[in-house]
Amino acid sequence: MTADETSAVAAAVADAHRREWAFVLAATVRVTRDLDTAEECVQDAFAAALTDWRTSGIPARPGAWLTTTAKRRALNVLRRRGVEQRHLPLLVDDGTAPGPDELVADTDAGIPDDRLRLIVTCCHPALDRSAQVALTLRLMCGLSTAEVARAFLVSEPTMAARITRAKKKIAVARIPYRVPSADELPARVDAVLAVLHLLFTTGHTAPAGEELVRRDLVERSVELCRMLRGLLPREPAVAGLLALLLLTDARRETRTAPDGRLLRLEEQDRSRWDRRAITEGVALVREALRARPPSRYALQAAIAAVHAESPSWRDTDWHEIVALYGVLTQVWPSPVVALNRAVAVGFACGPATGLAALDALATEPQLAGYGYLPAARADFLRQLGRLREAREAYAEALLLTENTVERDFLAGRLRELTPEQG
Amino acid sequence: MAQYLILIYEDEAQYATASPEVMGEVMQAHNDFAAQVEQRGVKLLGGNALQPTGTATSVRGGSEVTDGPFVETKEALGGYYLIDAPDLDAALAVGKLCPARFGGVEVRPVMTFD
Repeated sequence: MTADETSAVAAAVADAHRREWAFVLAATVRVTRDLDTAEECVQDAFAAALTDWRTSGIPARPGAWLTTTAKRRALNVLRRRGVEQRHLPLLVDDGTAPGPDELVADTDAGIPDDRLRLIVTCCHPALDRSAQVALTLRLMCGLSTAEVARAFLVSEPTMAARITRAKKKIAVARIPYRVPSADELPARVDAVLAVLHLLFTTGHTAPAGEELVRRDLVERSVELCRMLRGLLPREPAVAGLLALLLLTDARRETRTAPDGRLLRLEEQDRSRWDRRAITEGVALVREALRARPPSRYALQAAIAAVHAESPSWRDTDWHEIVALYGVLTQVWPSPVVALNRAVAVGFACGPATGLAALDALATEPQLAGYGYLPAARADFLRQLGRLREAREAYAEALLLTENTVERDFLAGRLRELTPEQG
Repeated sequence: MAQYLILIYEDEAQYATASPEVMGEVMQAHNDFAAQVEQRGVKLLGGNALQPTGTATSVRGGSEVTDGPFVETKEALGGYYLIDAPDLDAALAVGKLCPARFGGVEVRPVMTFD
């Protein structure tokens, strides 16, 4: 076997890991009814692929090959182990244990897609948000505990404990491994969307650290959202979130200057925005806005679409954006949304009106300690020529911001306003 | 099926000052609850209301006897139901039905030894 063939197999296995992990694991969990055992069997199947595919060739449908291999291993493990050695109770499912055909299906397309039950189990409301996020990365994306820990800036033992505790709760409290009933589904999908959105925003603007975009988290969240869209093509909220992620990520390449400095929307080179992502996102927004009431993601995506379709910052339809924020505050009342609306009011009606709208939020307890409020005030004050107050506001924003790139931006603005320079 | 305890935590002060009408509504709500549970494939195995925490006595470390509940909280354990449910989703559905107008409930799986 040549080095080229070996690397082709390694690439095929890596690709299958990326695309098929959740599918293979979800199917294997139905056999083992135990997350840990299923994960081990799936890992073994991927390891087997690395050697087997060198001799037998890369299968036409790697996902089916891996699923069959993982399920066979699972059956062997269960047979060997026996029930008495198990320390955690089995997962509760809907009683539709896979039949013999499914277990050996090798070339048929007949393997049922269990990814929806896996992701709603990861994001069950009885688990706290940090556990939902960790389980989603671990079980849906096949990330190692170390990788998940790095993504969220916690130590590996802390993350391992969090994942173990969550798996234990799923088994002991009997969180069921099944697709929720039609009346429960919307709320359960909302929880999944909240997790995917959090993954994206964590990657998009890392809360601390040197790198503005943690690419992997962003790409994983977009892939998972695409997967969910495939599983639930008629859920408008899913279309809304996918639109929001695509339209936001379309600006990725233009968000920082070559020196790493943060570029604001008005400074970004719009010719370098990802047109394909924008076209797809805008079509999804239209679909998502048909829901009554539209989801918060659909409205946020609609705002992003106004920016994406505007030829320049100066041409931005700020009145449309203020109107969309108005609807958004009704669907999803949040002080941060109110803050964004106030900033948009400033662009639509001038800095004095914007400043008044911002100052109306000054006593909002949830915005205390939120760096974007003083940063936005500083900007309007600067435009109004109230430089002493603008300096104070930039200094306050600096105290409240941890991200290095954002800090550099604020510090730069503050330097521009120092008295000796004018 | 598995057993879950639904622990009802409520603000006792609200009950101390509740009118007879409100108390009547609470009693009715608990009677209705018992009827609704059975319709959801969940079995009600038992349940009780507790006297207020002013009647509680705590024993720490096997010897030290003190007046009052083990932990002082605004919303105190005031009653419970023991149910038999197929899974957590069914137990939580019953938890949502459970009357607790001055607080809320906690759903805990009962440990089994085998």
